[in-house]
Amino acid sequence: MAGLVVAFAPLPVQPVALQERIFRIEAGQFAYSPSELKVNPGDTVNIQLVSTDVVHGLYVDGYDISIEADPGQTKTLSFVANKPGSFRFRCNVTCGAMHPFMIGKITVGSNNWLYRSIGLAILAVIGFFPLSSFTIERKKKEERIGV
Amino acid sequence: MNRIELTRISFIKNALKSRYPQLAVFIVVLAGYIFAILAGLVGSPVGSHNFSIVFVWIAWWAVLILVAVPFFGRGWCAVCPIPLPGEWLQRGGVLSPPHKKPNWLNLRWPKFLRNIWLQNISFLLLALFSSVLLTTPNITGIVLAAMLFAAIGLSTVFERRAFCRYLCPVGGFIGLYSQTAPIELRIKDKQVCVTCDGKPCYNGSQAGYGCPWDVFPGGLTKNTYCGLCMECIRTCPHDNIAINLRPFSTDLAKPSTRMDEAFKAFIMLGSAMIYAGVLLGPWGAFKDAAYNVGTSAWFIYAVIFLAIIFVILPGLFALGILKSKNTLPLKQRFASLATALIPLGLMFWVAFSLSFVLTNASYIIAALSDPLGIGWNLFGTANAIWQPMLTTILAPAQTLSLVGGLIWSARTAQKAANETRTSSISVIAFSFILTLVMLWLLL
Repeated sequence: MAGLVVAFAPLPVQPVALQERIFRIEAGQFAYSPSELKVNPGDTVNIQLVSTDVVHGLYVDGYDISIEADPGQTKTLSFVANKPGSFRFRCNVTCGAMHPFMIGKITVGSNNWLYRSIGLAILAVIGFFPLSSFTIERKKKEERIGV
Repeated sequence: MNRIELTRISFIKNALKSRYPQLAVFIVVLAGYIFAILAGLVGSPVGSHNFSIVFVWIAWWAVLILVAVPFFGRGWCAVCPIPLPGEWLQRGGVLSPPHKKPNWLNLRWPKFLRNIWLQNISFLLLALFSSVLLTTPNITGIVLAAMLFAAIGLSTVFERRAFCRYLCPVGGFIGLYSQTAPIELRIKDKQVCVTCDGKPCYNGSQAGYGCPWDVFPGGLTKNTYCGLCMECIRTCPHDNIAINLRPFSTDLAKPSTRMDEAFKAFIMLGSAMIYAGVLLGPWGAFKDAAYNVGTSAWFIYAVIFLAIIFVILPGLFALGILKSKNTLPLKQRFASLATALIPLGLMFWVAFSLSFVLTNASYIIAALSDPLGIGWNLFGTANAIWQPMLTTILAPAQTLSLVGGLIWSARTAQKAANETRTSSISVIAFSFILTLVMLWLLL
């Protein structure tokens, strides 16, 4: 029950002023720079993708949107960050050997799912600690009475 | 403990006793394996368009780590094609029962190497080069071919499946994690084995070969070294071998005291965490270091990789159990309590693989039509667009895997602590901290 509350209970949302955010991301084999973005929920995000070597792309997990940029060109991806959470963005144009691992991260608001998961992990171990102590005490008692 | 004997069902028993169903699967898988080698060597150098990368490191890996190992233990080993050519050469036949002494040298495996240290080393060798191996078709082709030839070579020198038992980099961790699987091969009645003449399950008979894995089934208490080849089902004259369904992680109730197995648990745990950070994280410098083999950055990466696995993780673990009052030597406590890391490691790998596999699974559809990446379009799917799959359920599924693994590990720690009459608290705390790190890396 506590696990369900930790996993699904709605959290209070702090109202923040909506902003127009502009990020210039350089893409080169096999990394983005910057590779971690943080925005507030509701912000309009403009990602200017600049490729520094071969053709690269940028696909945002969860939002299912993408752009591609040829070397030396700048392409802009605009979207409203209306889904809170942490999402990977990744290259969607085969750009070389490590292409499948060319990954960045955008966090919209706070990464609530991570905090909920940590909460679940804490709940899990809390359930085990008293049980562990009890087991040790029982074993010691058994040894004392020679069971 | 409740078990359901699957071999009571005549269809299953007959299918396992007959060599033909297994041979049919072997032929298909061996053909796929050889094709993967050829595709790696002659196909497109672009990994995401080459059968060897897409079918080995995405399709096969997904089936292995998400289905085969958790639910069937060494089920993959039962149909793995790598030992086949060597074994056929060793036996001098494909299906015919042995009628003479095995061919070739048929030596016993050296006693000091009868452990999984070589498998630990072979896995680490691949792990250190994994960024290149996972992405470069010709390297994958060379490694697959090397494993096939190593298995053939060892079969001509040593008896039975020496490669599978002592050298295979994959077999080592499959064996470790197979202890958690809800399936087992065991004898039905120990007394029958004690009085059995000639022990055909181990020594072979007209009905079949002696155990290729060098295991006497009468002494089996855990899955680790039984390759589920089904040979003993064929050779047992008393119908005393069963395949059972059982609760998950039954074998972990009796913790191992072997250091090679304990370190295998650390190697797998540490590797999953490092891969989650390096391959799936947003840090480009780590990827560069891991990929550019031979550079100073790669050497630093390799040193850190090995330090995490052999010093930091085991060191922290040992520190945790150091102060617990107990008459058992530290080494024995260390190995026994490390059993708790087996389910944790398995679930770390599941969580890591979910991300990797769901993101890249759509490459399989394109590679089916154009396996060599040379412009074929066999099934009309060669131009299928790359699209990550099930991204909305990925994070919850990873949380479920990691927190589930933590609970499973904590329960196993308690059982292991009971056996060694010590506290499980430090082991649970250790598992908890690693789970937090893994959650942070993946979510």
